[in-house]
Amino acid sequence: MTFLFYIFAALAIVGGIGVVLNRNPVSSAFAMIVSFLGLAALYIQLDAYLVGTLQILVYAGAIMVLFLFIIMLLDIKSEEGRQFGVFSTAGAVVVAGGMLLIVAKVLKNFEAGEKALTPLKGAAAETTDVSAIGELLFTTYWFPVQVIGMLLLVATVGVVVLSKRELR
Amino acid sequence: MDWAFLAISTVKIIGLVFLTILPMVAYSVWAERRVSAAIQDRVGPNRVGWAGLLQPMADGLKFILKEDLTPGHVRKTYYWMAPALTMIPSLLTCAVLPFGSRLFGEKMVIADLDVGPLFVFAIASLSVYGIVLAGWASNSKYPFLGGVRSTSQMISYEISLGLSIVPLLMIFGTLNLGEIVQYQAQNGWTLLPLWGEGLSLKGMLLAIPMFISFVIFTTSIFAETNRLPFDLPECETELVAGYHTEYSSMKFALFFLGEYAAMIIGSGLAVTLFLGGWSLPFGWLAPESTTAEVPFWHGLVHIGVFFAKVIAFILFFIWIRWSLPRFRYDQLMRLGWVFFFEIAVINVLLTAGIMMLPLGK
Repeated sequence: MTFLFYIFAALAIVGGIGVVLNRNPVSSAFAMIVSFLGLAALYIQLDAYLVGTLQILVYAGAIMVLFLFIIMLLDIKSEEGRQFGVFSTAGAVVVAGGMLLIVAKVLKNFEAGEKALTPLKGAAAETTDVSAIGELLFTTYWFPVQVIGMLLLVATVGVVVLSKRELR
Repeated sequence: MDWAFLAISTVKIIGLVFLTILPMVAYSVWAERRVSAAIQDRVGPNRVGWAGLLQPMADGLKFILKEDLTPGHVRKTYYWMAPALTMIPSLLTCAVLPFGSRLFGEKMVIADLDVGPLFVFAIASLSVYGIVLAGWASNSKYPFLGGVRSTSQMISYEISLGLSIVPLLMIFGTLNLGEIVQYQAQNGWTLLPLWGEGLSLKGMLLAIPMFISFVIFTTSIFAETNRLPFDLPECETELVAGYHTEYSSMKFALFFLGEYAAMIIGSGLAVTLFLGGWSLPFGWLAPESTTAEVPFWHGLVHIGVFFAKVIAFILFFIWIRWSLPRFRYDQLMRLGWVFFFEIAVINVLLTAGIMMLPLGK
């Protein structure tokens, strides 16, 4: 099934390039959705069905819908035909080049990536990834889950306060 | 690569999607017109073929032969993509629906995933793009308003849709739709716990939150599929035809059929989760486990039972459409955010409380 990997990897990369190159915000958002779908397919190829499905459900199905909604509602057009200055271009090249160097260095020294993973044994092989993740979240990582929940609650209250300010 | 697996999957996909769901889509349009006629004491389309049964063919021919007009002011690429994007997600979701137990030793489901309901929600949440794009690409006021309405409506009701099935998953303890149906075949349907483990005090008590879940789920499906009483995105009296105002011929037909396909898949999911899927009541002809052998004619009966239930649910959809008036937009949003969201959360706690009661099995 290697050719499927190349198809979806290409899809994810082409989508990513599309986000940067498209000057129309709606086209950019759509390229991003394509990229997310490619990523989700890659997760599913790794047998991580839950992660792949959540990738589509949360990112492609909810967050990007909101993005598009806002872009269309505000009818943003200022991106089209904008010219870039010398400094912003140079800055972008430096940042992107640095990132590329880091990735290249990591990939060069990453020996574990060259070996195939050994299949799971025993109980871990028999449970589905949904129940495995659920069990870990509710036992080992229970405290971080609670903290994140608290953080989200604070953020929600903050949004309500900010959006209601002018009413008072 | 496993060629036998590929061949069997292809046969299943062709058999389910192209030979069953697509004809069902065409005939649910016919059923809609006939039932609405019966409800309003009219005759309805009864000229083409016996009782008008060939009407869908005539309609299809008409749609193909009509002029395919692309208005000059639209954004062409997205205008062309939108109809396909409404139809494809609806048809993709039927991959995880178990439409029968076993036939020739093969599971009657295209993809036996362990994340069934999540997969359905994930793909269904993509179907909003077709409508949003249609509204935006048409580049005129009414379609745009329809697209905006549809987006906010679908985002809002996705939340209560997802939360409403959490209590069910707590009881079943699995996200595999095949195992969910198997559990219901042996221990009573979610809404009819009258045999197996369901026939106990706890099973009866659990039927209360299950019924609440069912009401929220079904109402949210109506909102997700843009059906009356929640068809604000295309409501004729305010928005001409909403997001597909600028579309003609087969492109319009794709929107139209996409709505019915979504309705069929929604019915299929409701039947699978709440009404026992392919199983007969009281454990009749129920296989012992998901891996047990099923006699050939049992398999056929199970497939028949599933589609009978789905058709009954579609008729319920149609019946509601011609009985209830349309909601106002603020009422729709209020219902989703102020009532269903909270009730669904409380329902989760209620179910957990009942499951913790020391009542034995």
